[in-house]
Amino acid sequence: MKISELSAYIDGTIVCNADKADKEVYSAFSSDMMSDVLAFVLDQGVLITGLINPQIVRTALMMDIECIVVVRGKTPDAAIISLAEANGIVIVTTKKNMFETSGRLYSAGLKA
Amino acid sequence: MANQFIHQEYLVAGNNFNSAGSASEAVKSTLKKMGVASSDIRRVAIAMYEGEINMVIHAGGGIALVDIYYDKINILLNDKGKGIADLEKAMQPGYSTAPEEVQRLGFGAGMGLPNMKKYADVFDIQSEVGVGTTVKMTIYFG
Repeated sequence: MKISELSAYIDGTIVCNADKADKEVYSAFSSDMMSDVLAFVLDQGVLITGLINPQIVRTALMMDIECIVVVRGKTPDAAIISLAEANGIVIVTTKKNMFETSGRLYSAGLKA
Repeated sequence: MANQFIHQEYLVAGNNFNSAGSASEAVKSTLKKMGVASSDIRRVAIAMYEGEINMVIHAGGGIALVDIYYDKINILLNDKGKGIADLEKAMQPGYSTAPEEVQRLGFGAGMGLPNMKKYADVFDIQSEVGVGTTVKMTIYFG
């Protein structure tokens, strides 16, 4: 699905790199532990997390993740957004929790 | 060609968690410009980023020396931190001495060193309590 569609499924808001919302993503990984993202992600293009610090962007960057979904209504600060902007990573925020976000996107066709 | 290389040195600041990973970010960008395969770049990025994070959360920072050749990268990470008392334990997946505050930041799951070993083709770690830790990694391209 396109990142714009992903955002719509979870009533999300695209907060940076909206011009890249046409990119197709196929799979996602949900975790608040970046250590686990580094250890277990293979080729998932989307990171679903409730953590907000610049390391969510660095972790995404190292793993070639194109889109970060920030759940539970948390707001990434300016430092996080500018780092994501500089690296072409789209950030989507949603008020939904990690379980519902993952469930909706899985039902809509994103793979594990 | 074989003896041409790029040497880079990075200071990994120990007091700034937010900047941890910027050296790995720079190396990743250099390798991308060189046209190294993305799967190899990923291995380098993960191994070095884990190392940087380790130096910040455990050792108060350190230095990263990076030598990039056309067919491989050598990464040396050196810190003057507290050292690792039991290296064998530290290499076990899931074993961590990271404090809770580090886990709240999303790290300290005990996967760092095992992950570095997994992705590096050559991995060597030397550590002495009270003196510091040195990690040497080589990753071959292609």
